[in-house]
Amino acid sequence: MVELYVLLVAMLAAAIVAIETKELLAAIVAMGIVGFSVAIGFIMVQAPDLAIVQIVVEILAVVFFAAVVLRTTSKDTTVQIRVTPVMIFPTIVYGCFALLFAVLVVLAFRELPSFGSPLMRVASDYIAVGMKQTGAANLVTSVILDFRAYDTLGEAVVLFTAVVGVLTVVRQFGKKEQLDKADKEQ
Amino acid sequence: MVPFLACVLLFLFGLYAVLLKRNIIKIIIGFSIMEYAVNLFFAFAGFKRGALAPIITEVGVVKDFVDPLPQALVLTSIVIALATTALMLAMAMRIYEKYKTFDITEIRRLKG
Amino acid sequence: MKGMSAIVQTVSRLVAGMLFLFGCYIILHGHLTPGGGFAGGVIVAAAFILQSLAFGSVEATEQHRYTFTSVFESMGGLGFVLIGFIGYAAGHEFLRNVWASFGEPLRLVSAGTIPLANIAIGMKVGAGLFAIFLALGASRFKMKD
Repeated sequence: MVELYVLLVAMLAAAIVAIETKELLAAIVAMGIVGFSVAIGFIMVQAPDLAIVQIVVEILAVVFFAAVVLRTTSKDTTVQIRVTPVMIFPTIVYGCFALLFAVLVVLAFRELPSFGSPLMRVASDYIAVGMKQTGAANLVTSVILDFRAYDTLGEAVVLFTAVVGVLTVVRQFGKKEQLDKADKEQ
Repeated sequence: MVPFLACVLLFLFGLYAVLLKRNIIKIIIGFSIMEYAVNLFFAFAGFKRGALAPIITEVGVVKDFVDPLPQALVLTSIVIALATTALMLAMAMRIYEKYKTFDITEIRRLKG
Repeated sequence: MKGMSAIVQTVSRLVAGMLFLFGCYIILHGHLTPGGGFAGGVIVAAAFILQSLAFGSVEATEQHRYTFTSVFESMGGLGFVLIGFIGYAAGHEFLRNVWASFGEPLRLVSAGTIPLANIAIGMKVGAGLFAIFLALGASRFKMKD
């Protein structure tokens, strides 16, 4: 699985570029690289459903980010060249926290089944009866729309809430501008 | 265990961006990177060496399949991540329109 | 929101229709091949976004588009809930796959209510993401003078 490790290194390098660079458009492109590397990672672990969704969602996320950045400003004015003491202290604290977190994670991951041999206690039942009980050939679709359809209902509700939230946050100013225009015309 | 640790490292990068960066767009990029890391971790947890994608092509023939359950959980999570990122971006746009900057240390007044 | 040059407009006139057809294909064959309602819905949204970016939009048509997309999104959401009630009305629990053995497996007409639920989810996701794009990219306030 050498190609998987090369992919992970490329993903981490792109993430570092996305976080540290001063130009916001370059950061968005680097975030797009991280997203596409995640999609290739999904293909490498034999998950074509996830790869399709991740690629198109990543394209839409880059389009949304670019729509916001191109309408406002494209330079990050908070990146400074000199390193001041005010900036060092939070970074060191975060470094200690990250080290502690990594140590605990390594201790916890010893209990997980190793990479490449999952437990599959429930999934083996789903694979055995999936075709007979639901009639669908795509086992992932039969899981999300028959065995666990409530989760899909919850996801539909969350998506609806997000759309209502975006339309509420953005359109309010349009109404005020409309009222101002109406006042000026009178 | 190395792919799992790479996902956790990506998550820690995203968390660094959320906690320690001063630009709102960088914070939202950090959130996105955290969500990618979690989804990738779930997909790695379901991988079985030498197995195939969970799509049945011939009726009655039993093959070795990858775990379909983490894939089903991640599928909705990817679309929900896009929706929450869009909501955060809408709020960032309104903040810029009001304060003319993305710097969070200059956004002091919450009302106004 | 201004449109783009003539080359982009000509190409997008061809490609947007094919993208929409491809998205519908992935939605309908969700129970046979990888994909399903979510992937197909996002591709349909991408087709509409491509057309909206290439041709621009006058503000008068935006209100019309908001209404149109909100109607489709609500129909998708209500459709999914009604499909759940089909299972309830047939005597089993809510969201049960009732006609699962109708038709042969590996054909387009099979798997009961799963293709119908895929269509509802595809409509909902596609219309919702297009509405988000209209709000973020084409809303009425100007920030860069």
